Amino acid sequence: MHASAFDRYRAIDSSLHRLDPRVKVLVTVLFILSNALLPDGAWGGFGLAFAVLIIANLYSGLGWLFTLKQSYVALPFALAAVTVLFSLPGPALWTVELGSWQVVITQPGALRFLSILVRSWLSVQAAILLVAVTRFPDLLHALRHLKMPGILVSIIAFMYRYLFLLTDEVLRLRRAREARSAVLPGTKGGGSVLWRAKIAGSMAGQLFLRSIERSDRIYSAMLARGYAGQLLTLNPHVMKRADWLVLAASISLLIIVQAAARFSL
Amino acid sequence: MRPEFFINRLYLHIPDGMLNVATSIICWVLAAILIGIAIYKVRGELGERQIPLMGVMAAFIFAAQMINFTVIGGTSGHLIGGALAAIALGPWAGMLVMSAVVIIQGLVFQDGGLLVMGANLLNMALISTIVGFGIYKVFGTRSWKVRMVGVFAASWLSVMAAAFSTSIQLWLSGTAGLGIVVPAMMGIHALIGIGEALITTAAVAFVLRARPDLIDPNAGKSRGGRGWIAAASVIVLVVLLLTPFASANPDGLERVAIDLGFIDKAQSAPYSVIPDYELPVLGATSWSTFLAGLIGVLIVVGVVAGISLIRKSQGREG
Repeated sequence: MHASAFDRYRAIDSSLHRLDPRVKVLVTVLFILSNALLPDGAWGGFGLAFAVLIIANLYSGLGWLFTLKQSYVALPFALAAVTVLFSLPGPALWTVELGSWQVVITQPGALRFLSILVRSWLSVQAAILLVAVTRFPDLLHALRHLKMPGILVSIIAFMYRYLFLLTDEVLRLRRAREARSAVLPGTKGGGSVLWRAKIAGSMAGQLFLRSIERSDRIYSAMLARGYAGQLLTLNPHVMKRADWLVLAASISLLIIVQAAARFSL
Repeated sequence: MRPEFFINRLYLHIPDGMLNVATSIICWVLAAILIGIAIYKVRGELGERQIPLMGVMAAFIFAAQMINFTVIGGTSGHLIGGALAAIALGPWAGMLVMSAVVIIQGLVFQDGGLLVMGANLLNMALISTIVGFGIYKVFGTRSWKVRMVGVFAASWLSVMAAAFSTSIQLWLSGTAGLGIVVPAMMGIHALIGIGEALITTAAVAFVLRARPDLIDPNAGKSRGGRGWIAAASVIVLVVLLLTPFASANPDGLERVAIDLGFIDKAQSAPYSVIPDYELPVLGATSWSTFLAGLIGVLIVVGVVAGISLIRKSQGREG
């Protein structure tokens, strides 16, 4: 029903979709690392990094602004960095009068704040692109090749598979609660906050019991199908020449971004 | 559905760009060590049967975070789940389950970044689980009331500990001033933590009434419990002692940190951890930060080991 909310993969065919998932994971992490390494106020470097991102978007076949349109998810946390506007010492850029309070936004504060925002915004776009062009099983396979412990990969694989079922279970529980929580207009319904919290807790407990029972059935069904502790894949994932070329090209681009940012400062 | 993802997760899921490289890498190293130990322990204690169970439990935690209750007006209480996972599954399995949740949230839903995922794992999957389980063990399972108070305290403190380490990471990265971020984060999470504690307590009470055999059958045994109590107590003590200090006297704590070489000019030049053309990890500042962090960790480990050894020998005599 709401599978689209969980599956971020865009099923089309493009050169980025066909790329080896290991290369995609590595380049994504390197891109984010490169952003973190760019100094404050390196606008040239940030601009070039954005250009790299647009090139990747073009190769994904999803439109050159695809990740930009999806990138609002990172913004709420920017609140955490707001305080840096006022807490860095330096010449005042802008003074706000709030009653008897005087809030001073300093120049280095504003520079740091904007840089953090841009870094965050560029990085989240890379992560969005990664899951849009990589099937989840391929992503897991790549993580396993990149030496993530097998037991953790298996847990994640199972988790992702049952996420859909259990969120459906939650929606059913919530629908049941709403159906039983009629309120007459003008009256206050639902009891005290404590009572509501207790109901929510009981729902979580109920969900826990249903999940445990389901995992028992899953295990029996899997044993019946020959499960021996390992999830298998038919996808061989061999690095082709094109994969190596893209990896090399991406790393060189990121080195150029870093160099340009430092020389332009 | 999307807005719901935000409300509670907003403040603890650090996105990329908020932490500097040195802090991110140190957190990754610490998280990898802890997860490695957890895998080793779980592999020894549980069979292959546990892998589907842990996978489904991770999906359970993820789904349970969608269960909300109205507090006042448009605000609502949610679950994060670290303490619940630790109490229901035991600490090591709880760590792995919470790690899977944090990894999926970061990787698929961009709730939390990739380079900073080590920090998110440390805060939400590891520290919160250690504190949740340790404090739960402090109260024990003797009477129903004491046990429920234990669950409440464990889940509240697990949120507070996660909020504290998040603030410290933001401060070390120069993203927020210590005197602002600590009181703000701790204040918000004192409230969020009450929602977490209420839901966790009611959930554990529900399961204990319906299927008491399911709540970590090994938790009643004394084996391993003392180490967890000690580890959780150390973390909680650090949080409780340093929060007022950092809020009231941030300059003092910063002064101490600078004197110890723990942070070099955190407020003035955190991103020049790569001073001009030096490699990030080889820069003098990041090495000193890294070494200081390592020494701190060794001291904590030493204290915990010492306490548990003393308690073990007392237990044998008594």
